[in-house]
Parts: sequence; structure tokens; C-alpha cells
Amino acid sequence: MTWRVTVDTGLCISSGVCLATAPGRFRFDESQHSSPVQALTEPDDQVRDAAASCPVEAILLTYAGTGEPVPPPD
Amino acid sequence: MPAQNEAPQFPFPPSPVPYSPGPQVRELMAKCPVNQVRLPDDSTAWLVTGFAEAREVMIDQRYSRALVFAPGRQVYGVEATLSDALIAKDPPEHTRLRKLVAAAFTDKRMQALRPRVALIVDDLVDAMLAGPRPADLSRSFSLMVPASVICALLGVPVTDVERFHEWSNAIFADWSRSREEIGQAYAAMSGYMSELITQKRESPEDDLISVLIDARDSRGKLTEAELVDFCIQLLAAGHETTASSINMSFVALCQHPGELARLRADPGLIPAAVEELLRYVIISGSGFIPLARITREEVCLGGVTIPAGETVLPSFNVANRDPAAFEDPDRLDVGRVPKTHLGFGAGAHHCLGAQLARMELQEALRGLLTRLPGLRMTRPMSELEFREGQVIASMRELPVTWDDA
Repeated sequence: MTWRVTVDTGLCISSGVCLATAPGRFRFDESQHSSPVQALTEPDDQVRDAAASCPVEAILLTYAGTGEPVPPPD
Repeated sequence: MPAQNEAPQFPFPPSPVPYSPGPQVRELMAKCPVNQVRLPDDSTAWLVTGFAEAREVMIDQRYSRALVFAPGRQVYGVEATLSDALIAKDPPEHTRLRKLVAAAFTDKRMQALRPRVALIVDDLVDAMLAGPRPADLSRSFSLMVPASVICALLGVPVTDVERFHEWSNAIFADWSRSREEIGQAYAAMSGYMSELITQKRESPEDDLISVLIDARDSRGKLTEAELVDFCIQLLAAGHETTASSINMSFVALCQHPGELARLRADPGLIPAAVEELLRYVIISGSGFIPLARITREEVCLGGVTIPAGETVLPSFNVANRDPAAFEDPDRLDVGRVPKTHLGFGAGAHHCLGAQLARMELQEALRGLLTRLPGLRMTRPMSELEFREGQVIASMRELPVTWDDA
């Protein structure tokens, strides 16, 4: 099931952890906050790991169809 | 670019102003964001002082940490001890380890911990108030705030602080220190940690070491060597850096009496001041940068072409003084509007304890500036003694006094 990737720019501290953990899946926007390269993605372990590694829990992963949160990685 | 034989010798001599870049690195910064330097073993490396360039090196996976530890490659100082630690790996191996503890260091968790840290700070200030003047701020406060907190999180007895601080101080060594000395300290700290792990295996507690033991024993998420190195890294990095940051931030504020007075008059500025101090204050002792990367392929960085297999040193502390990133970067301004800085690095190795360190620094400054009236150094900055050969600046002592309430 497709995931929706959202970054809360109010929380983001621009650590770049997600850019390094899931290369090519996040980038810095003009205000230097992380932003998903694509808002919708097929399930991807690196994106899930990036969300789990964010020091301020700014990355929200939900199922695009239902809006339910994607469970954290094992 | 200078030809190889003209590359300056690195590390540079200690800066005359310990929290600011010295003249040699400033000369390079003015030339190019990426400059070749010659290392003590006569190899060359690329010193990156530009903000955008240093950040790129730390985030872009074409620059590898793991290759620093490739078989046959010589490593020095602190790097010689850390080959199984988090800090020595690249994603996805790095991610496998980091996510085991990431949830324990989130901003939410750190804010929940704040009242406990405030109590630790207040108890330490009470002890200073009850003790003689001058006092050694470094030993009685700057060390004990982060050491008490990381001990509580990990489940290490804080009463062992003398022992583990001595070892971690010896491990956080630069090129100049003997491998034997570093190796002995590392062996002692490994032995200590293995013993603690054995105890907690038998009777787990509500602490991070027990969480990591469970990740290994129940879920096979890491090897025994990784477990031991992980715990050592958390304990060592969890107190050496913040202790140095409290000391050096206080020294920097004392050299800027206007800024210190501003902060005392308005403690509401403390969160912004902490960001400014993290940006402005350099705590990397000798200028040695222990977070080297190796290029996996040819890269172009700041207009410079770097071949594959070269050593790249992202000088993130110095990059925080890049005028391309900060207006008037050499001015300490506690009211500066916070902006992304590289005080905690960036990318996969962005300091795991960043949100913890921020909160500790805020509480430490609050305690020092609101509860110790007129707190000041009793010696001029030029007479401060630093332990030689440290990657994180380590003061032998920081004598301070204060006024009666």
C-alpha cells in the first residue's frame, strides 16, 4: 500500500539525518528544511528508517489510502 | 590550488583564542572552501572549511566513514579504537545501530528529562555555593552535569566518573598521542563496560545498556563487539563533548562581557544563546578532525575535483564561521536569530545526543547565570591550561568565583 511522506517543518532541525539515511528520498527546501522528493512512495525500508532516526520525529509516514500511520521498523 | 608539496602541515598549532579558528585555518578559508593539507604521516587530505561544502561531505554518501577503517589503512588517535562503533559505519549498517537507540534521544524524550536535569544542575550549584571560592567549574560542574545525566540514561554508576572520565579523556586523542596509551585506556574501558554488561544481562534494568543487550540477545541486532563499542561511545561522547562545551561557552561569554550581561539581564535569551554558542564556540581541541571521510568515487566539491580514495576532513566547527553562511560570523551575538549550524555535524552522524546536549546546555547556563551572582573566571584566558593532544578541548581546571547573594 502506498505511503504518504510528510515532514513537519515546524519541528525539522535540518540535521540531514534523513538525507543520508534514505539517499535521494529527501532534500533541503529553500528554508533548509527537509522535504520528501516525492510525497507518495511505495513501501521503502530506508524511508521508514529515516523516519525512525529523525531526532525530532518530524517525519510522518501514513498509508495514502487510509491515513493510518505506518508502523515503525522492527 | 597549491601543489601537493606546498600543502600546509595539518593539524595546525592550537589557536591563541581557544574557542575561535586560528590564523592558519583562516588563511585557508579566505582562499578556498576546500584546501589540500599534509598530515603527520605525510599523506595528504582535503580540509573542508566552507559551510555548504562541509555539510555536503557529511550528508552525501559518496563520502564514506566506513572506508576510513578499511583493512590496511592506518588510523590514528581516537579512530584507532572505534572500528566497531556507530561512528565508524555508513548507512545502512549505521542505520541498523542508530535506530536501536534513536527513540531514546528524541526531542520529546529530552524535554521530559529536563526537570531531572534542572535538579542535577541545582544540586551542583548548591554544592558550589556551600563550598570554597574559587572553585573549579570544570570538575565540579561542567563535567558532572552531562556525566550524571548520561550515567542515569545508560545505567552506569556516576560514582565511577573518575575512572571512566580518565579513560575517555585518553581515548579522545589526536595524532600526537601514543597508540599504546590510547590502547590501554580503551582496553580498560572495554573491560569495565563488558563487566557492566554481564551484570545487566543477569538482572536487566530500565536503562539504555539493558535495551541494547536485549536488542542483541533477543533480536540479534548487533554483535557483542558492536554492543561494547556502542556503550563506550555513548558514555564517552555523552559527557566529554558537553563538558567541554559548557566550559568553553562560559569562557567565550566571559571574553564578551556585553553579551554575558545581556544574557544575565534576560535569561529568556538562553535558548537562542545556546544555539549561538554551539555555532560560535569551537571545542575541537587541536583542530584535528576525527570524523574523516574517504571519497568512494571522484567528486567535485566547491569547484575542486577530488579523486576516489582520498581523505576528506569536514571541518564543521570552522565552517560555522563561513561568511557565506552567517552574517558577521566572527561576532558572538546571543540574540542572533537561530539558523542551521553544524555544531552537531550533519547527515547520518549528526550527533545522536544533539537534543540532549541542547537541553543540558540550556539548563547549565540557567543555573550558572541565575544562581551564582557575578560568576567569573579568576585567571585570564591566556593562563588556562588545556590537556595536550585532545580532539575535544579538555581544560585541566577552570577556576571561578562569584559574589555573595
